Parts: sequence; structure tokens; C-alpha cells
Amino acid sequence: MTYIPHSPTERDAMLDTIGVKSLEDLFKDIPAEHRFPKLDLPPALTEMEVAAELGEISSGNENLRTDLVSFLGAGAYNHYIPAAVDHILQRGEFYTAYTPYQPEISQGTLQAIFEYQSLMCALTGMEVSNASHYDGATAVAESVNMAFAQYRGKRTRVVISPAVHPQYRETLRTYVQGMPLELAGDDPKADLDAGPEALESLINDNTALVIVQYPDFFGRVYDFTRLIEIAHEKSALVCVAANPTALGLFKTPGEMGADIVVGEGQPLGIPLSFGGPYLGIFTTRKQYIHKMAGRLVGETVDSRGQRAFVLTLTAREQHIKRERAISNICSNQGLMALAATVYLSLLGQTGLRQVAQLCYHKAHYAAEKISQVKGFSICFDTPFFHEFSVCCPRPVSEVNNHLLEHGFIGGYDLGQDYPSLKDHMLVAVTEMNTREEIEALVSALAEVDHD
Amino acid sequence: MTEPTIYELSSPGRTGVTFPEPDVPAAKLPEDLLRRELPLPELAEADVVRHFISLSKYNYSVDGGFYPLGSCTMKYNPKINEDTARLPGFSFTHPLQPIETVQGNLMLMYNLQEWLKEISGFAAMTLQPAAGAQGELTGVLIIRAYHKSRGDDQRVKMLIPDSAHGTNPASSAMTGLEVVQIPSDAHGNVDLAALRAACDDRAVGLMLTNPNTLGLFDEHLGEVIRIVHDCGGLVYGDGANLNALLGIIRPADVGIDVMHFNLHKTFSTPHGGGGPGSGPVGVTRELADFLPGPIVDVVEEGTDGEPPLYGFVTPKKSIGRVKAFHGHFGMLVRTYTYIAMHGADGLRQIAEYAVLNANYIKARLKDVYTVPFDRICMHEFVAEGQWPDAPGIRALDVAKRLMDYDFHPPTNYFPLIVHEALMIEPTETENKRTLDAFTDALIKISIEAKTAPDLLKEAPHKTPFGRMDEVKAARELVLCCWLPEDYQKQD
Repeated sequence: MTYIPHSPTERDAMLDTIGVKSLEDLFKDIPAEHRFPKLDLPPALTEMEVAAELGEISSGNENLRTDLVSFLGAGAYNHYIPAAVDHILQRGEFYTAYTPYQPEISQGTLQAIFEYQSLMCALTGMEVSNASHYDGATAVAESVNMAFAQYRGKRTRVVISPAVHPQYRETLRTYVQGMPLELAGDDPKADLDAGPEALESLINDNTALVIVQYPDFFGRVYDFTRLIEIAHEKSALVCVAANPTALGLFKTPGEMGADIVVGEGQPLGIPLSFGGPYLGIFTTRKQYIHKMAGRLVGETVDSRGQRAFVLTLTAREQHIKRERAISNICSNQGLMALAATVYLSLLGQTGLRQVAQLCYHKAHYAAEKISQVKGFSICFDTPFFHEFSVCCPRPVSEVNNHLLEHGFIGGYDLGQDYPSLKDHMLVAVTEMNTREEIEALVSALAEVDHD
Repeated sequence: MTEPTIYELSSPGRTGVTFPEPDVPAAKLPEDLLRRELPLPELAEADVVRHFISLSKYNYSVDGGFYPLGSCTMKYNPKINEDTARLPGFSFTHPLQPIETVQGNLMLMYNLQEWLKEISGFAAMTLQPAAGAQGELTGVLIIRAYHKSRGDDQRVKMLIPDSAHGTNPASSAMTGLEVVQIPSDAHGNVDLAALRAACDDRAVGLMLTNPNTLGLFDEHLGEVIRIVHDCGGLVYGDGANLNALLGIIRPADVGIDVMHFNLHKTFSTPHGGGGPGSGPVGVTRELADFLPGPIVDVVEEGTDGEPPLYGFVTPKKSIGRVKAFHGHFGMLVRTYTYIAMHGADGLRQIAEYAVLNANYIKARLKDVYTVPFDRICMHEFVAEGQWPDAPGIRALDVAKRLMDYDFHPPTNYFPLIVHEALMIEPTETENKRTLDAFTDALIKISIEAKTAPDLLKEAPHKTPFGRMDEVKAARELVLCCWLPEDYQKQD
């Protein structure tokens, strides 16, 4: 079945108006030898059949709602999404609209983005937010474009902590491969026990940007105030990639003096959905606004004197500036930004604090219990939020296979990315994990050594 | 008639959702690391729902009406796509789960890779890029890496026709390439003489949108591609306009080397008020090793009727990943659903009727609006929103006046090579009655332009909001519900 509404009579009348005899006559510019290829695709299904087929395919997965209990995070977190979020997202007025280039008939999207920008500034302690990037990884990569532009290409060094998400660092390396930049600190063999002070000596007068994560990939929470001061002494900018749930509880990067705060917005009401679509948060200080990529909504008035909103400073963007634009970004994560806006509106400060505290207390309970299991210990003794690194007595893959037999998805195998963290597992706990689940996990871990 | 912001609706002490009390003992909090203020709004659930429903009513949408935005392919978004993407088996899976527990997801991705390869003729495919522009960046990085792998380091310039989307030059510049603009000829094709002159051993290749943004299929496509290949360059195909080509021609068959798809245009995934998109990239066999990884493949063949084991592999000379995880999986489920419901014949019909609709509007309008390149067009065409006997009327005025007739305006002021451009792309999902009503409105507006120009100049009249003071927005830069300075004072 297709979604084409023409009756044969209508089609013929239209062909007649155009002055051609058949649909095929419309394609005479197409090279004849390649025209109308025979495509080898499965026969078309009706909606009833496709619903059944997709149901069947989806049941080939084990999911976190009905099949498995998860203690896996590593950049994507299993949080509760209030029902109202998706009901709003499913309004056709929102999800079937385009980018709000015609403000007179797009005030819904525009005001929602304006509110999103406000919420992101409130969370991060920053002054301006764009309307989103693709995800946390690309937001980090875009921070480098921004810093590079800020120094007009005259500073060519970027310092990145090895404790930034490995996939973010890999994405960054992809993005900068054509740029005359050197990356410092991007070394998985570095001393991972060291805190932010280990980065200080890497910052020099050629450094455009320093990038850290908060909490870092291992879940640790550091105050970056001192590091940021040192970076600023060298006139380098600092980008902090923050977890938005953690910002319900912890000091803002803005308060620490950060110049750019980015992050993965998935925890804010966006389903795990096997990795996407998610939400790239990007905020900065007002003084850098002209170097920030992405769409931006500003308040104004319309011809009738009503308060209204428009896309503003669009001259920064690719459709106007073309090869001189800071980034090529066009489509962003509009609908996911709406999800985050609805989520935070529902939770408010009470709800977000509650979620952050539940994560914190449950994770600490789990860490405490796991550290009591023979052979297991907590690797770092730095304050952490809802994720922590566990030293295991056996390879993580073996531990995880054992856990899977008991219905658990275990933690992330840090040895994949960090040679010194062989047999280290990154465990995440959120408000979704009950005490019973945590205790059952601990019991399952206790059996590992005896297998 | 304006809706207050969520901050204006806030009242201290409320929340729209309550979470369970902790079932574990409280751990000690690190006091020196905590934040004091958390300036989020406080609303009840009903307040929040009413607020966003009120806002939604200010939006024009495909569900609400005709949205002939050129170059954007605003086709109807089937409702079943939304349901399949939300199946718990898909939406509650974590991107880093053991592959044995997500074989359904991996099979879907594998099949979709195969289908997109079949539709486009390419040998290999990545589903990772987040949007069309990121697909371009991916493709350009692949082209760059290919030349480097052959020691062709002197190739530093990308050739881009003047009718291209702004993302093409921006994507090229992000990879450090120099951009050389190639003009269009009098028929809207790439100017062959200019292309020949620019093609040398410093060119990495050409970024070609075909059909181009004038809606025209390049009449010398074979020659264009030959010229680029003869100088050692590669041809990047911008897949933005693929809706016109489904089942009509496969880009790889005519010699395109790399192309991105816009699943949010061609394959009906919704535009979401600006995103998310999804921009898979297809490449020829020679370029397969450079794709971003990981991509899905069969890692263990099935035996005796057992299904194979799917897993992730990273191509040998991969440019690296372009984002975290595996791409916009939710968009991939929607696309899979859409292709499964169409099959080969259904896909070809999409292109045929998209082209029929565009040509029908053009045929009805061309005596009233100047159409600069009057050939059979593909899925869209460009008209001029100006008349010698309507001084002072611009494309913008026509666009705004269309809103009074309850239509979304076409794209205006793009492509840049047409003055006062109105770029009209109806898509295949609109019926004749809608197309007639739309063309009738445009014809009426062309008369109003001459007889009552103020109606256009002051339009729109019937929408909830009038024209915006864009200068004020850019000058005052109020970008937040509250001023950061106020927030500082609260501390």
C-alpha cells in the first residue's frame, strides 16, 4: 500500500494539463539505459502485516521493560519518562512541522525552543543555549569548531581529558581530521587515577580549548574551578560535557567558570531507543554567541504588538554563510529538545532534585554492597554520582555472561577502551533500579567466583 | 493572544510528577560539590499539558495542511511509523547491550542497509550519520581519506555548483577543503565549460545535487560525472532530492561515488519541528573500507534454518565514528516500516506521483508566475515571486499572503541563483483537490499583487501572529525566559 491519493481519472486529467500522455513521459531527461531499474525488494506489506512483522522483529530483542534489569549506562541512561512527555510529542502539530522558518505559523515550536534554551541555561548555569546538536558526542566536537573560530585558527591545540567518553573522543578525532589541530591528553594509557590537575601541564599559550566531562566517564565528580582558572590564565576556553540529571544535584559548570557547557540530553525524557535519536545540549556565555553554531530563538514582537519569537542571528548559519559558517548543522534534534522541555517542566526543581538524589543514593548503596562481595572492589575513591567503576576478579565479559543468565545487563567493560582498566566494569544505577534488584545483582555477583 | 512561558506559569512548591521515596539508606552528600539554586519552573501536570497543547495550536504542520516547502519533502508521515518505532522491544533497548540480546535491532539495521543499497545501487552503507548535513560531512571525509590513501595529498578543493544547499560548502569547509563554486548554465544544468576548467589534480571531487535545487535533472549528467572522474575526482551525490528518483534511477548506476540519504525527507520520518533527521551514507566498493564504523554485518552464518548472528564491524580504513552509538535508530525503524509497506512498485510510484504533482502545479502557474527554467521538472520547481507591473512586491509578500489562504508557503529566496525564488515541492501525498486549491490561491495572489498590494505587504492577516520584528530580536538578544543577570542576583 502507498500513501498516494490520486484516482486514475484525476491522474489522467493532471497529465493532460501538463501536456504529456503518461507518467513515464515525465522522465525523458533520465538516461534511458539506467531508467526504471528493477529493484529487488520484498513485496509490499499492508499496514496490518507490517505491524505484525515489526512486532515480531522487536520481540527478537530482550528489552529493559519486560525482559532484563539493567545496570548499564556509559552515556545512555534508563530513566523514568512521565506519560505526558510522549503524549505531547505525538501531537502532529509538533512532530510533523518543519523548522520554524515562518514564525507567524510556527510560534508553538519557537516558544518551545525558547523555553528549552531557558531550561538549559538554568541547568548548566550558562547564559545562552542553542536549539540543540545531534548528541553529546557531536556537541563536544562542535565546541572545538567554536573555539577554533573564536581564535580564528590561530590557536591549534585542544586538550581533552582521557576520562571523557571514549566515543565522544573518537567522534572528535573524526571531526578534526581535516583541521590543523593537535589533540593533547587523548591518551587511554594515561594515569586514570589522576584528577583534573593532570591536565594543567598540557595547557599552553597555543591551547584553544580544554574539554572535560562532569561527571566523567567513570562517574566521578570533580570541581573544575581550579582547572578553569588555569586555562583562563592561558586564555584557553573550557568546555564541560555535563550529565543533565547530575546537574539536578551538583554545582553547575557555569559556577565553576566554564565557557561552554555541552551534554547528552537523553536522560531528560528521551527513550534509550538503541542509541538514538538523542539530544546534544550546547550552551555558552553571551560574549561567544556569534561563534556558536546551531539555531537560536530570540524574543521579539509581531506587527500587532504581541510578544513573539523568531529564529535570530541566522547569518551565522550555513544557509547564509555557506563555506564561512562555523558548522554545517542544519537539521537538529528539535523534537528531542521538546521532550526535554516537557520533561523538565513536569519535574520542575523538586522532581529533578528527587531523581538526582534517588540515583545518587541507590548508586552508593549498590557500590557499598558490591564492595562487600569477595573479589570485588570500587576502583576510585573520588565522589561519584550514579555510575562507578568496579574491579572484578574475572574478565568483565565472563561476569556479564553470568549476570545475563540471571536476567541482568551488567556494566560496561572499561578494558575495551582503557588497557589499564582490564577487568573493570562501569556500573550505572538510576531511580529505575529497586533495592531488591540491587540486592539480587549483588547476590549474582557473589556467585561469580564459584562458577 | 499569547501563551505565557513555563516560567511565567510557575508557582513555587508544585511538581508535575512525584517519584517513589528512597528504598535505600541515604548516602552522605559531598556538600562542597552541591548546587544551591535550581531555577526550574514548578507546574502541575495539567498545567504542563495545557501549556504545550496551547503552543501546538500556533503551529502549522503536515498533519494540519499542505506544506509545499521546496527541498524539504514535507510528505505525509504515516501514523504506523510512530507506533512501530515505539514498540517496547525497540524503544527500551540500550545501545551497548550484548549483541545476543538485540538481534532484532541488528537484523532490522542489516536489512535496511541492504534495502538502501538496492534502492541506490551502492555497494556499502552506514546508517550512523544523524542528519543530511552530517551525511555530507561523512561523505566528504571519506573522499578526502580515499585520496590521502593513494598519496594524492595535493587535492584540496571541492567543486560545488552555485545552486547547492549551503550545507555542501559548509561541510567541505569543515574538513579543511577549499570550496570552488561552479556556475549553472542557461538551462539550469552544471556549466560544463566551467566544470572542465576547474577539474584538475587539485580537485577532490564535485558535490552534485541531482535533480538540482531548481528541480531539474541535469541533462548532461553522464558528461558531468565523466569530467570529474577523468581528472581523478570523485562525485558526491547530495540525496536531498532522492524522492524524485526512487525506482526511476539508481545514483550509483550513473557513476555517483558517495551519497547521503535524508530519511526524514524521502522515507517519511517526521521533521519534528527541525529534527531529528537521519542521514545514511552509501558508497561504491572502492570506498567501502572508509565508512564510519561500526556497521552491522553477519558475524556468524546461520546453519540448518537457524538465523545468522548479527554484530558490529568496523571497516578497515574507517574515518572513525561520526557520533556516539549507532545512528538514529528510531528513525531507522520508521524507514524500515515505510519501505516494507511500499516494495519496488510502491517506491517507484512515490517518485512518479511526486513528479506528476510538481509538474501539474507548474503547468497551472506558468502563465501567471515566471518559471525561469521551463522544462519538465522533477519533484519540485522554482517560480519567481515578482512581476514588472507589481512594483514593490517580493517573494516574501507572496509567501506571507499564502498563509491567509491556510497554506504553508513554499521555500523562498532559495536557490540563490533565482531572484525572488519561490521553490515549490508538493510531494506525492497531496491530492488534486489540494493542489488545485493551492494554485487557485497563488493565482488570486498574483492578481492581488497588482490590484491590492497592501494585502500582500501587510500579510498575514488571519494567522494568530503577524509579521515579526526581526531586527529587535537580533538587537536585544533576549534568548531566555529570565535574564542571566537576575539569576546571578538570586544566588
